[in-house]
Amino acid sequence: MSDLVVRAEGLRKRFGQTRALDGVDLAMRRGTVLGVLGPNGAGKTTAVRVLATLLRPDEGRAEVAGIDVLREPQRVRRRIGLTGQYASVDEDLTGTQNLVLIGQLLDLPTRDAKRRAAELLDWFDLTEAAGRMAKTYSGGMRRRLDLAASLVGRPEVIFLDEPTTGLDPAKREDMWGVVRTQVTQGASVLLTTQYLEEADALADEIVVIHQGRVIAHDSPDGLKRRVGGLTLRVRPADPARVPDALRVLDAVAAPGTNASADPAAGARPGAVSVPVTGDTALDEAVPALRRAGVEVTELALHLPGLDEVFHALTDGTVDVRAKAEELV
Amino acid sequence: MSTLDITVDTITDRPRGGAFAALVRHSGALARRSLIKTMRTPEALLDVTLQPVIFLLLFTYLFGGAIAGGDRHAYLQFLLPGMLAQSLAMGGIALGQNLNADIEKGVFDRFRSLPVARSAPLVGAVAADIVRYLTVCVVMLAFGTLMGFRVETGPVPAVAAVALSIGFGLCFCWISVWVGMLVRTPGAVQGLMFLLVFPLSFGSNVFVEVGTLPGWLQAFVHVNPITPLVGTIRGLTTGGPVAHDLVLTLAWMAGLLVVFVPLALRAYARRA
Repeated sequence: MSDLVVRAEGLRKRFGQTRALDGVDLAMRRGTVLGVLGPNGAGKTTAVRVLATLLRPDEGRAEVAGIDVLREPQRVRRRIGLTGQYASVDEDLTGTQNLVLIGQLLDLPTRDAKRRAAELLDWFDLTEAAGRMAKTYSGGMRRRLDLAASLVGRPEVIFLDEPTTGLDPAKREDMWGVVRTQVTQGASVLLTTQYLEEADALADEIVVIHQGRVIAHDSPDGLKRRVGGLTLRVRPADPARVPDALRVLDAVAAPGTNASADPAAGARPGAVSVPVTGDTALDEAVPALRRAGVEVTELALHLPGLDEVFHALTDGTVDVRAKAEELV
Repeated sequence: MSTLDITVDTITDRPRGGAFAALVRHSGALARRSLIKTMRTPEALLDVTLQPVIFLLLFTYLFGGAIAGGDRHAYLQFLLPGMLAQSLAMGGIALGQNLNADIEKGVFDRFRSLPVARSAPLVGAVAADIVRYLTVCVVMLAFGTLMGFRVETGPVPAVAAVALSIGFGLCFCWISVWVGMLVRTPGAVQGLMFLLVFPLSFGSNVFVEVGTLPGWLQAFVHVNPITPLVGTIRGLTTGGPVAHDLVLTLAWMAGLLVVFVPLALRAYARRA
C-alpha cells in the first residue's frame, strides 16, 4: 500500500485552443498538506476539478484515497470535501439548512445531519447566524460556511481551491488555523493558492504550476532556496534618512548582495530593501537601526512574490509578471 | 473555536437501501431546498398566479365578446381549460432559468462532488415544481369561479383534470430543464422557451374553435401537444368526450419524458 492519498499522472485537458492541463503529475502523502501554487489561469482549478470528479481529463489518470477517479467517482465522492474558489453556498438557505442538506445528501439520518450541522456551525463561529439566510452573511462568513459544508462528511481528502482569496489578513489566519486542525485530525489537504506565503505557512510540499505544467515540486524550504529567500524591507520615517538606512542594511545583506532603494514597481518611494538569508537578519537590523538613530514606519520580512518565484524557476524565460497582470 | 469531535465513521460505498431509494431520498432533499427558495421569494410565483389571472381577464373581457359573439360566459367556459394548459406550459419556463442560475453560481458543483446520482439535482428541482403547477390550477379555478366559470361535470373529473394538468406540467418542463443546461444565461432560457411556448399555446384550440382556422394552421394544431391536453381538460371540467384526447395526452407526456429527460441529463453532465 502506498501512502500517497492523491496521485495523478499525465493529466491533460483542453478547452478549445487552451491547454488548461498539459501533462500534470501530482503526488500527495497521507496526512500532509500539498500546496499548488500558480497564477490565475495556470490550471490549478482544472486540476482540482479533475481530482474532485467534477471534470474528466482528456488524458491521464488519477487516484484519490487509492480509488481511480475516472472509474469509481462515486466512491471517491464519499471520501472528499471540496471548497471552490467562489463560495458555493446556497444564498436563500440558512446556514443550518445549507449544512443539513449536505448531510442528507451524504446519507446521514436527519437527526445526525442536524447535530453535525450544529457542531460545525459552532466550530466556525456561525452559531448566531445559523438561522439567517446565507445571503446576509459577510464574505468571511460565507467562506467559513462553504468550508464547513465541505467537512460535513468528515472527508479523508479536502480540496481547497484558493480558500483565502479575497479575505482580509485576520480571516486568512483563521482559515489557516482550520486547515492545520484538519490535518492534525488526520485529513490530507490539497490547497491551491497564488501566494508563496500561504503555501509556505501551510504546506509540507509545494507544487508550482505554470501554463498547465508542473515546473517545480519541492519542500517550502527547498523552494525558497531556489527562488532566493527573504527580503527585508524598511521605510525610514524621515525620507532624508534613506542613505543611512541603506548603510545599516548593507551590513545584514545576504552574501554578494546590497541594500537598495525599493525597486518594487508601483510601490510608494522612500523604502529600502535588502535580500537576507534568514530571519536572524531582523534581529540584527533592529538594534543597528536604533543605534544609527533611524526611526522607521515599516519593517518587515517578505517572501518573494509569485512573479519572482516564476522568474527564478524559469531562469527568466517566462515573463509571468506581464502575464499575471493581464489576467488580473 | 472549540475543538471538533471527529469520530471515524465507517465509510459505506453502497447507498442506504439501494440506488433507486437513494435517488428518491436525495431528490426529496433537493426538492425541499427548491421549495424553501420558492417560499422565500413569493414574487417568483407571479408567473403562475397574477399572470394567468391577467390573461384570463384580458381574453374574457377584451376579446371574448368579439370571439364568442357576445356570450362572455360561454367563452369563459371554453377559454379557462385552454388557458390552464397555456399557463402550465409557461409555468415551466422559470425552472430552466433557475437551474441555469444555480449552475452559474457554482451551487451545483457542491452537489456534483457528493455521492448522489447525477440526476438527483434535476429530478429534485422538477419535483418541487409540483407546487407551482398546483398553484396555477388552484388560482385559475378559484378566480375563474369568481368570474362565473362553473365545473359542469363533478368533483372527481375536476380533480382528475388538475392531476393530469400537474402531470403534464412535470413532463413538459423537462424541455425547459434541457434548454437551461444548454444556454449560457437565464435570460436566454426565457427567450428560447417563449419562442417555443408561444406558437404552441396560440397555435392550438386554446382561444378559438379549430374549425375557424385555415387548413395549414389546423394541420399544426392537430400535431400540437397542447391541443389534446386542452381537449381533455375541457372534457373533464365542462363535459364532452375525453378518451381520445386523454390517450393522446398521455402519449405526449411519455414522449416528452423519453426524449427530454435523457437530453437534459446528458447536457447537465457535459456542463462542466
